Amino acid sequence: MEQQTGTFAVKKGLAQMLKGGVIMDVVNAEQAKIAEEAGACAVMALERVPADIRADGGVARMSDPDMILKIMDAVTIPVMAKCRIGHFVEAQILEAIGIDYIDESEVLTPADEANHILKHNFKVPFVCGCRNLGEALRRVGEGAAMIRTKGEAGTGDVVEAVRHARTVLGDIRRLTTMADEELMSYAKELGAPYELIKETKELGRMPVVNFAAGGVATPADAALMMQLGVDGVFVGSGIFKSGDPAKRAAAIVKAVTHYQDATILAEVSKNLGEPMVGRNVSQMPEGEKIAGRGW
Amino acid sequence: MKIGVLALQGDFAEHIVMLRSLGVETVEVRLPEHLNGLDGLIIPGGESTTIGKLAAAYNLMEPLQTFGQRHAIWGTCAGAIFLSKDVSRDQPLLSLMDIKVERNAFGRQLDSFEADLDIPELKQATGTEAPYHAIFIRAPIIESVSGGARVLSTVPDGRIVAAQQGHLLATSFHPELTNDTRFHEYFLSLVD
Repeated sequence: MEQQTGTFAVKKGLAQMLKGGVIMDVVNAEQAKIAEEAGACAVMALERVPADIRADGGVARMSDPDMILKIMDAVTIPVMAKCRIGHFVEAQILEAIGIDYIDESEVLTPADEANHILKHNFKVPFVCGCRNLGEALRRVGEGAAMIRTKGEAGTGDVVEAVRHARTVLGDIRRLTTMADEELMSYAKELGAPYELIKETKELGRMPVVNFAAGGVATPADAALMMQLGVDGVFVGSGIFKSGDPAKRAAAIVKAVTHYQDATILAEVSKNLGEPMVGRNVSQMPEGEKIAGRGW
Repeated sequence: MKIGVLALQGDFAEHIVMLRSLGVETVEVRLPEHLNGLDGLIIPGGESTTIGKLAAAYNLMEPLQTFGQRHAIWGTCAGAIFLSKDVSRDQPLLSLMDIKVERNAFGRQLDSFEADLDIPELKQATGTEAPYHAIFIRAPIIESVSGGARVLSTVPDGRIVAAQQGHLLATSFHPELTNDTRFHEYFLSLVD
């Protein structure tokens, strides 16, 4: 029997297993265990959550492999880690330590201001951020097996996550009503590969799993993103920068499952303690925004 | 025929698409009352710890166990783990099938694979000859079967990847990620 590993079907397949779930940022093994116990479907191992990366400034790079390995040892759920945009050697290192998914992330300082990683060259799957359908399909064209809308990481302000999800899903809705002869022009307008535009129209959805990210801080935020039509959510700073991480994490997990049930959403939203303080994106200087990173 | 798909977390939408393509009415199951009037249930792939915790939190454990006494249930990957009675660690299990399961038995994601399987029952039930192309994602194996459970399929080294116990079915792999409907047809043949 021929066993084939690293195929696009198995890369995309793991993302399909994460659907309807919450992927949580964790900075050590202890937090990873809290996330798993709360029902996270995967964790993102990183040295600093986005809110701290913002506060600290400087260059943000891939995390120490030893710290990532400790998190991989601590939990049975999949572990993801971030590399810089275009930094294919950081990606090679993450693949070498056996990470389950790589996030080529705008949260870290980009290593290449023109190109992303050619992700087809790897056996490990990648997730990438996007703000619209064109950006999403360019990443899929490079080999991304999962997409997340970017939002504005580390702010606790959901407004950008909503903007990006509405844009991507709106672009898809427009596409599904187009005549076939209009697709090439739409591909040109979006800057997206024509074949993927055609495939997206046929499927009536993104060809890979699409999560929301960047600014989700409450169960209501998570359910909002789900009702808008994403497949699951990433929560970065929102959990471990809040007053009671274990309780908030479990509440967000429940909110993603029962996203259409307002009675349950009300129940899980009670007495969660202090949310992360947050930063209002509309009052943030342009230079501090990171969603624009990505080409 | 009305089939429920446990929709707590995981790839339940893929199972629903497959069932609808076979003309089956489907229901997403998130709370105990959603089991009413169903003829069978699929527990999808996903994270077994997440699915188990959500089932326990919303009082689904006992209703699912009762449902499985009389109705067909099929678990794929995380669903197979959830149906088992032993995974050598502490997490909520339905203990409906006499199978012992090892989680992530092939390794991490880099070891996820596709392979053709020979499944005699499936060929016989569907009157087809083609091997079954299976997708394994951080897959468990069924370490052993006991009691009324029997082996349906193994990989070449003998490790068990599919088992059946009367109207209960467990697979390590994901028929819902393929375009091959034969496993879903086989499951529907177990539904009264």
